[in-house]
Amino acid sequence: MSAIDLAASVRRGEVTATDALATALRAIDARNDELNVFLHVDRDGAEARARAVDDAVASGRDPGPLAGVPVALKDNLCTRGVPTTASSRILEGWRPPYTATVVERLVAAGAVPVGKTNLDEFAMGSSTETSAFGPTRNPLDPERVPGGSSGGSAAAVAAGMAPLALGSDTGGSIRQPAALCGIVGVKPTYGLVSRYGLIAFASSLDQIGPFATSVADAALCLEVIAGHDPRDTTSLPEPAPALVDHLDDGVAGRRVGLVSELVEGADADVVAQVERAAAALEAAGAQVVRLSIPELRLGLSAYYLIAPAEASSNLARYDGVRYGRRVAADELGAMNEATRTLGFGDEVKRRIMLGTYALSAGYYDAYYGQALKVRTRMIEAFRRAYEQVDVLLGATAPSVAFRFGEKTANPLAMYLSDVFTIPTNLAGEAAVSVPFGTGEAGLPIGVQLLGPGRSEARLLAAARVLEVAS
Amino acid sequence: MKSGWEMVVGLEVHTELRTATKLFCSCANEFGAAPNTHVCPVCLGLPGSLPVLNERAVEMAMSIGFALRCTIAPSTFHRKNYFYPDMPKNFQISQYDLPINSSGYLDLPDGSHVGIERAHMEEDTGKSTHLGASGRLHGAERSLVDYNRAGVPLVEIVSAPDIRSAAQARLYVAELRRVLIATGASDGRMEEGSLRVDANVSVRRPGAPFGTRCEIKNLNSLRSLQRAIDYEADRQIELIEDGGTVRQETRHWDESTGVTSTMRVKEEAEDYRYFREPDLVDLAPDAAWRDRVAAALPPMPGVRRTALLQHLVDPTDAQREAVEVVLDLDLDRYVHGAAEAGLDAATALARTANEVAGAEDGADRLSVEAFIGTLRLEASGQLSATQAKTVLADLLAEGGAPEEVVARRGFTQLASDALDGIVDEVIAANADEWSRYRDGDDKLAQFFIGQVMARTRGQANGKAVVEILRSRRG
Repeated sequence: MSAIDLAASVRRGEVTATDALATALRAIDARNDELNVFLHVDRDGAEARARAVDDAVASGRDPGPLAGVPVALKDNLCTRGVPTTASSRILEGWRPPYTATVVERLVAAGAVPVGKTNLDEFAMGSSTETSAFGPTRNPLDPERVPGGSSGGSAAAVAAGMAPLALGSDTGGSIRQPAALCGIVGVKPTYGLVSRYGLIAFASSLDQIGPFATSVADAALCLEVIAGHDPRDTTSLPEPAPALVDHLDDGVAGRRVGLVSELVEGADADVVAQVERAAAALEAAGAQVVRLSIPELRLGLSAYYLIAPAEASSNLARYDGVRYGRRVAADELGAMNEATRTLGFGDEVKRRIMLGTYALSAGYYDAYYGQALKVRTRMIEAFRRAYEQVDVLLGATAPSVAFRFGEKTANPLAMYLSDVFTIPTNLAGEAAVSVPFGTGEAGLPIGVQLLGPGRSEARLLAAARVLEVAS
Repeated sequence: MKSGWEMVVGLEVHTELRTATKLFCSCANEFGAAPNTHVCPVCLGLPGSLPVLNERAVEMAMSIGFALRCTIAPSTFHRKNYFYPDMPKNFQISQYDLPINSSGYLDLPDGSHVGIERAHMEEDTGKSTHLGASGRLHGAERSLVDYNRAGVPLVEIVSAPDIRSAAQARLYVAELRRVLIATGASDGRMEEGSLRVDANVSVRRPGAPFGTRCEIKNLNSLRSLQRAIDYEADRQIELIEDGGTVRQETRHWDESTGVTSTMRVKEEAEDYRYFREPDLVDLAPDAAWRDRVAAALPPMPGVRRTALLQHLVDPTDAQREAVEVVLDLDLDRYVHGAAEAGLDAATALARTANEVAGAEDGADRLSVEAFIGTLRLEASGQLSATQAKTVLADLLAEGGAPEEVVARRGFTQLASDALDGIVDEVIAANADEWSRYRDGDDKLAQFFIGQVMARTRGQANGKAVVEILRSRRG
């Protein structure tokens, strides 16, 4: 059942939140050992929330638009008293004393957080293979990755363990796993959703967004979590845009740009589905043009300087002094070093080193400084493109879900998984991945719709057209 | 300072701001609370927490900028990255290439002028206590950290290398402290660490380019500052004269031994990897906000000093010191009030700096009118100086009007014929002194006044005594 239908049933008293939770927990119990989706299932907390929703319904109070909807949370979202690890040994056992704004908003809307999902350690990866607690398996083919870094949240929704999930997207970490798991994923405009309580990877790029089985569910979830938060200075001051009301706006009269750089190097089955999507949009009344934005090719290299640079600073706090894991040693520096050596995995260490180097005296201008210039050019290039078209179209990922170990030996091959998604993060804009057809081995393919800042309503309406046509 | 040499000093002064809450969270900014009681996810740097800039801190930083005649410009925050256990995030949020305040100056009471390069905002660190033999991190058995201070707002004021002596450095910090207190941004307490000074010291032959500088840390009082700078300049001169060269380094001042010693050399200096703080937006106070802050500023000590000194002709050192006392205690209104009422400014200054300043909280009870009234009674000869001081003391203790005190105390000046008789008695009893006075030793007038005062228990008017003495001298 969709989140919208479930919430409606709960509000009408036809289904109890407690029953809806039980259904979710059964699905989790059935496959979590196999798929390694949840790192922690908060049964007691979820049951208490569900009861509160049922009590509200029984006493005639409206529990909110997500009444009784089980929601999975990426384990880099802080939840008071509930273990939060970012899939890292260094935070093993840590229970935050506070809750992320997005989780508070979900709960206030009647949703029932069921637990914390697996991710690439500190969201650094594209397959969930860098998790310190083992990889998540793709529910559609357990021999393959679910994508990443929000692989656990994508798998939770794809496996029917929860109708909705939250992920975070720094360079594609919502859209790519959504594509690989055959569901909808939204990377909102930077600042649309509060980051308060999201364990930072790269602060200028991170953004929280929803996973859902339908465009409408994703729109509803995003509406609930979006909007200014005084605890996040970078959150946009304007009221959040209405999304659900615009879902059926269609694409008639919209100008859509099929971007050659956003299919370049993708597998043939992926390219074919993007072409088919362009045709579907045209059939629905859009005017499709083909265009090239050469600056997008610079995104990957700029991203792999900016994101690690910020990460090297964001992750400096994990030193064994205040919380999380501590590896004892005779002396402070040695304790810091031992803690970080054992606490962080290889990919995290690689990025900390990359970022530290990029910011170092003597290298800053050549690396970090240069990357910032590329970022500015990227923003300009998008701005020019949006003078010609309303929406950009491309692939979300270069291939369908790949097999475990296929890309772990070569970090660069793994990094290329995000080549189509990274430019949106660098520009701080919005993008949606929507399932559209299948490819190799019958696995799902996602196409990506990109728009300028605060264009979510437009993008979701276009995604809805593709959802119907698919 | 050895002749043939000149020292060049620049000072970095950190002041904690007197905001109610910390720079990026709503924890109380309060000194002396039980350890780790004013902490939250933000100032502990817990994963997922985000800073939110305290607007009051911005206003105080702007106040400091206005007071130091700085340019107040749109600014940004940066991260200064280095590992230290009392810094929760292992980076400090500070301002780097675009500080809120830049290019100002401070005029010192001696007439000298010190440039201010910048006055930027940043967050304070926590405080470590190292248990064990050394009392320092290295070799400690255990270390305890109190994060109450972590995230307390600071403004770092960086002077130009315009200072040329340890005494001038001291004067600069003392004047800066007065300015900071006047703005309301700081309590200026060096002993509590709310005002901290680092000194950059180098030496050169006059006219030569700047020498290599050393940064001196751990200067916890004005006295330490002055001693450390003198010591350091002498050390550098001696080193150079012995054929050595000064190495750029950070040195630690030891108050007990009176020497500076190497903390770390330049090669060991941290690479702070500054970059823009992505969790904060740019800070660009609009003109209306800046104007509101500027309009709320009281007059600064330099302006007030000039106004007070204007009442005096060729002020003495003692009078200049009295002016500083008046400034520090905010008692200007008495001096200005008396001077504007046509009374003698020197007397008003002396009474203010001594009697008024000496009475704790007395200024709350002594109105300017009562002060003027008392001085007027003294000037007209109705009260002796001693009586006037007693009246002031009563007014400072209890309030009221001078006439009431005079009546209650029964203060009436001795009739002049009675005074004539007493002066004659004193002359008769001190023949030696009288003959020397008569021969022109005017200093002895004080002696006779003292004798007369003793006999009248202070009820005589000193001026009247001198007049009688002069008339007797013929």
